[in-house]
Amino acid sequence: MAVHEPQQSQTTSSDISRRGLLFALGVGLNAVAAILVAIPIIGYVFSSFRYKTLQEWILLGPLANFPEGQTRLATYRNPFTSPWDGSTADIPCWVRRLEGEKFQVFAINCTHLGCPVRWFQESGLFMCPCHGGVYYADGSRASGPPPRGLFEYEYKIQNGHLWVLGGQLPTLSSHPEA
Amino acid sequence: MLRSVALWLDQRLHLTRLFASTAGHAVPASAHSWFYVFGSGTLLCFAIQVVTGICLAFVYAPTAHDAWTSLLFLNYQQPLGWFLRAMHYWGSNFMVAVMTLHMVQVFLFGAYKYPRELTWISGCILLLCTLGMAFTGQILRFDEDAYWGLGIGASIMGRTPFIGARLVHLMLAGPIIAAETLSRFFTLHVFVIPGLIIALVSLHLRLVLTKGINEYPQPGKLVRKETYTAEYEALIKAEGVPFVPKAIGKDLIFSAVLMVGILACAAVFGPSGPSGPPDPTQINTAPRPDFYFLSLFALFALLPAYLETFLLLVAPVIAIGFLFILPFLSGTGEKSLRRRPVAVLSVMLILLTIGLLAYLGTYSPWSPQMDAWSGAPTPVAYVKGRTPLELQGALVLQNKQCRNCHSLGGEGGRRGPTLDGVATRLTRDQLIRQVIQGGGNMPAYGKNLAPHEVTALVAFMQTLRQPHEAVARDAAGPVVQKR
Repeated sequence: MAVHEPQQSQTTSSDISRRGLLFALGVGLNAVAAILVAIPIIGYVFSSFRYKTLQEWILLGPLANFPEGQTRLATYRNPFTSPWDGSTADIPCWVRRLEGEKFQVFAINCTHLGCPVRWFQESGLFMCPCHGGVYYADGSRASGPPPRGLFEYEYKIQNGHLWVLGGQLPTLSSHPEA
Repeated sequence: MLRSVALWLDQRLHLTRLFASTAGHAVPASAHSWFYVFGSGTLLCFAIQVVTGICLAFVYAPTAHDAWTSLLFLNYQQPLGWFLRAMHYWGSNFMVAVMTLHMVQVFLFGAYKYPRELTWISGCILLLCTLGMAFTGQILRFDEDAYWGLGIGASIMGRTPFIGARLVHLMLAGPIIAAETLSRFFTLHVFVIPGLIIALVSLHLRLVLTKGINEYPQPGKLVRKETYTAEYEALIKAEGVPFVPKAIGKDLIFSAVLMVGILACAAVFGPSGPSGPPDPTQINTAPRPDFYFLSLFALFALLPAYLETFLLLVAPVIAIGFLFILPFLSGTGEKSLRRRPVAVLSVMLILLTIGLLAYLGTYSPWSPQMDAWSGAPTPVAYVKGRTPLELQGALVLQNKQCRNCHSLGGEGGRRGPTLDGVATRLTRDQLIRQVIQGGGNMPAYGKNLAPHEVTALVAFMQTLRQPHEAVARDAAGPVVQKR
């Protein structure tokens, strides 16, 4: 079988424009295809950039668990969880019962950089182990680098049980100072 | 026979030609120096990280539920698992260290100047990638430090104006630190950043071939854009030697020393962690980052609050931007460090600052010592011969967690000033005011101390001095008393 080999001398102007057209068409088609490929990939990767406040009422336990005038650690399973979260979806918080049905529920996270604050009953202070932030019993900032008081959960009491509205790691932008 | 196989391969693959234009390319003879070994050293560390990393990935389970357990399995069950983990950990330490040396050397030898701007910039991106590997690697060691480290990262993101909450959500891949967060960091550490590093190293090395390796700088020999290329070509012609085998000797020796160093550290010091499980309900923890981020960790504690958000978000951008435009700001002129005092002083200042901050980070004096109040006894000398009231005061000082921030006899927190000798610095009235009102970074204890407790506490603190030292007194005191 004879193979037709185009020679340089045979190249005509119409040939050039046909190659040019094919090249331009090829580049254009690939650009369109690349955009089509990119749309789902970028949408997939950055889907979590699209953000809405994820919050749900969470049961913390019967009121009897929280004696009046005391601050206790409570934990709950985060309402938004996947089966392979392991212990990371167990979230702690500090429950302060002032009296009767008056509560304050604080996020565990220091408002400075999110480390877990610890409660000291005797001196009535929360202390942070990372950079030395300190808060008073009512969650207000006492000293150290934190820019504001502890993050607070909304709470409600139903049938003798304490519920809090949560589900999201609190940061300065998700919980701007009221 | 062998020779004919080699010849056949060479004809097919053009290996001789490839060698002449790559490993065998001509470099200035002066580049065969102990100062020029850090680049290849960093590359060697990266290669070790890739190999040990692949080995670890055979066993590691990248899910939030299993990661920590699989690390324990690697440490204790998988044959030589502990050693591979140790090599990967020490390899990363060596990589950051040697890369830093490389960068300092390149800067001090003026190698970033014309025409090697792009080499410098690709190196700066490689620096960022390496730090990215260090941070994401620390997350993959999915223990309590990793968990709270992610919390710190998210809190920094959360300070971004307008899109902070979205960035946090993007970083964590969900509303909390959980399974998808670990998967995200696994992907970055194992696929994305290593891929970037390989691409950038290729560019970096390509530039070494096209623009040549920096000649050993000589004082007084200035870089001029008009003449440099011709001068360099003349230099290569006059005294160029092939990199392999004439200039690679010291690189080879350094590489061998590095490998032995990594093996020795791995064998002697073993792997790092994991510490406690990534369970946020275990709140009796004091999260600390790995060494490379200790200086940042210290900075967060020491910055004044009003500067913090600005410095966290804007300063890194400015610093990185400055590194990128450096070769365009001082792209010509003197290369020798003997004629560049500002460059030398800058390097010393930056390394001192980072080193000092990291050193402070190792014992973080700004953090309360959470168990000092119950764990550190009052020194015997401070209770001997005290009155009952003063002894009650000693109890108050202990029970109210004062020791968490104030040391006595060298034990206790260092957040606040030591209370040894406090009686010589503050009068009775000043002590009462300080305890009740707080101030100067101390919380106010007015609500948590009954009047009799304050009386006892201050009575005790007034005994905290050497026998020969006088109690502090109000300068106006005696005059008032005389009336």
